[in-house]
Amino acid sequence: MNDVLLSVRDLVVEFPKRDKVLTALDHINLEVRRGEILGMVGESGAGKSLTGAAIIGLLEPPGRIAHGEIVLDGQRIDNLPYGQMRRIRGRKIGMVFQDPLTSLNPILTIAEQLIETIRTHLPMNEKQARERAVELLEEVGIPAARRRLDDYPHHFSGGMRQRVVIALALAGEPDLIIADEPTTALDVSVQAQIIDVLKRLCRDRGASVILVTHDMGVIAEAADRVAVLYAGRVAEIGPVRQVVKDPSHPYTVGLMGSIPSVVHDIDRLTQIPGSMPRLDNIPQGCAFNPRCSQVHDRCYRDRPNLIAVESKPDNQVACWLFDERASS
Amino acid sequence: MSSQPLLHVENLSREFDVSKPWLNRVIERLPEQHLRAVDNVSFDIPRGETFALVGESGSGKSTIAKLVVDLIRPTRGRILFDGKNLPETRGREFITLRRRVQMIFQDPFASLNPRWRVGDIISEPIYAFDLTSQLKTSVTRRVEELLETVGLAGRDRHKFPHEFSGGQRQRIAIARALSAMPDFLVCDEPTSALDVSVQAQILNLMRDLQEELGLTYLFISHDMSVVRHMADRIGVLYLGALVENAPAQELFRNPSHPYTRMLLDAIPDHEMTGRKRKPVKGEIPNPIDPPSGCTFHPRCEYANDRCKAEVPHLIATASDHYASCFAVEEGRLPKAEAIA
Repeated sequence: MNDVLLSVRDLVVEFPKRDKVLTALDHINLEVRRGEILGMVGESGAGKSLTGAAIIGLLEPPGRIAHGEIVLDGQRIDNLPYGQMRRIRGRKIGMVFQDPLTSLNPILTIAEQLIETIRTHLPMNEKQARERAVELLEEVGIPAARRRLDDYPHHFSGGMRQRVVIALALAGEPDLIIADEPTTALDVSVQAQIIDVLKRLCRDRGASVILVTHDMGVIAEAADRVAVLYAGRVAEIGPVRQVVKDPSHPYTVGLMGSIPSVVHDIDRLTQIPGSMPRLDNIPQGCAFNPRCSQVHDRCYRDRPNLIAVESKPDNQVACWLFDERASS
Repeated sequence: MSSQPLLHVENLSREFDVSKPWLNRVIERLPEQHLRAVDNVSFDIPRGETFALVGESGSGKSTIAKLVVDLIRPTRGRILFDGKNLPETRGREFITLRRRVQMIFQDPFASLNPRWRVGDIISEPIYAFDLTSQLKTSVTRRVEELLETVGLAGRDRHKFPHEFSGGQRQRIAIARALSAMPDFLVCDEPTSALDVSVQAQILNLMRDLQEELGLTYLFISHDMSVVRHMADRIGVLYLGALVENAPAQELFRNPSHPYTRMLLDAIPDHEMTGRKRKPVKGEIPNPIDPPSGCTFHPRCEYANDRCKAEVPHLIATASDHYASCFAVEEGRLPKAEAIA
């Protein structure tokens, strides 16, 4: 069996404006292996959520895929007609959104929402679907699932609602789940529970998860590999331990240094000067060049692509510092 | 420097009336319902220090912030700022006290008027508190100075808030707070709407300002790592009550209350030190109908019959370290694993 479940190749997403075209995602390359959690981090506007939306085919017009391809399980899915894509959504790819309040219908019971979703994707009758709904709720850790089935979303707390949303995403038994900031709206204490649920799903069902978040803590804890996005490009991708403990790209180094530590006393946090460029104002060459401390001529001229790092297998960095030809 | 704390909060309580409308109560024969958002909280903040309040959503952090800046009035208890009880003062004294306590809000997208230019936003407190006579320079120059203090350019005063990013807006909010020449800032989750790299800039700025201007902070956050970085002293809130109050380092090294331990265990290990994160059990109960005795007992693994019946009070567990827990008091709590 092929090890790679999803591969995104040279994905470009554009937003045409009246006078110009904004490139929101600029040649994104990444792969998701079976049963792994791929973390996607970056600041707001880096293109994390947009990558997720492009994969599941929910780009909001006028946004469009201008180039590249998305291949899921050997099938190209970026150019499918609406009807076929609808069948893939939910059945092959499940989605968990940030805000569990707005992703559930407030006037339908949990049972109605789950049963509808299950029966859309699987050939089951009402009764079987109801049983399946109980199983799903138990699987995501909702206590007394059978009794709570006929409750409305407002009966549940934030953390419990997010579990229901995950159960909904699982209803079609998808191979891939895209979780877009699933813990951001929740308390730290509840966060750990949700992360646990996601990790267990991967282990037990062999499902893959793309975990989109801006929280490095969540990534460090949940992800197997991580892609760091900056201004619509992948700045660094690699095993989570390497990226967190020994980051290569100057941006990742800055990002890791800017998180306050709970273990060590730090007098001053590392700060990356400035902020991420706006889409209509991305500098020439490497997009990070105005904020980079190790910038040199080439960074202003050419845009770096992902390069393998010699000392770290599995790690790829889009930075000219790691280009051997230049250094030799 | 006087030994008197700048802010002294004593037995502070605040209840909200969450009853149904009068007619419904009469027809449905329902009693009045009160929600105790803040329950008998006491703490001191010495001059020039940072006191942090932490807790989950619904623990009463923001209510305390609003009480301290006098946006709402306490049901019981006193808040003494520089020895004076703000709700009791009148006239000029009231205005002076109000000026000296300023607030920074969580969401810089909501806290700045989108129709005002940045210069007008920052100069408003100068006019509102009639500070023009105290200025050595013109108001325009003062606004430019303030913008430069928070790391923006003086000419930014002509712009509107929408022209700035989230981090820059939070800088504007800080400049606005500083323009009243306060000595005390209440910061209600000032960085939780920001990205980490921007959060670092704002936290560094706040520390620099504290050093330069001798500010005192009440810092409210749910992020334990931010709190550890910023605070001299930490108060842990649970369902409106202070359950632990200790110097920051001591709290992380030697957490007493089971709830504090739970919060610390739940911090994600972003440094990948190999520390095991324990998922938290249960959720914060409904404050309208809080559990009997110690409100934490349904989630506490050390709870016994006494915890279900009696309400614990803060007792000293070490010098300068207070916790309200019978298990701590009776010494039946095992020693915590220090994480730092």
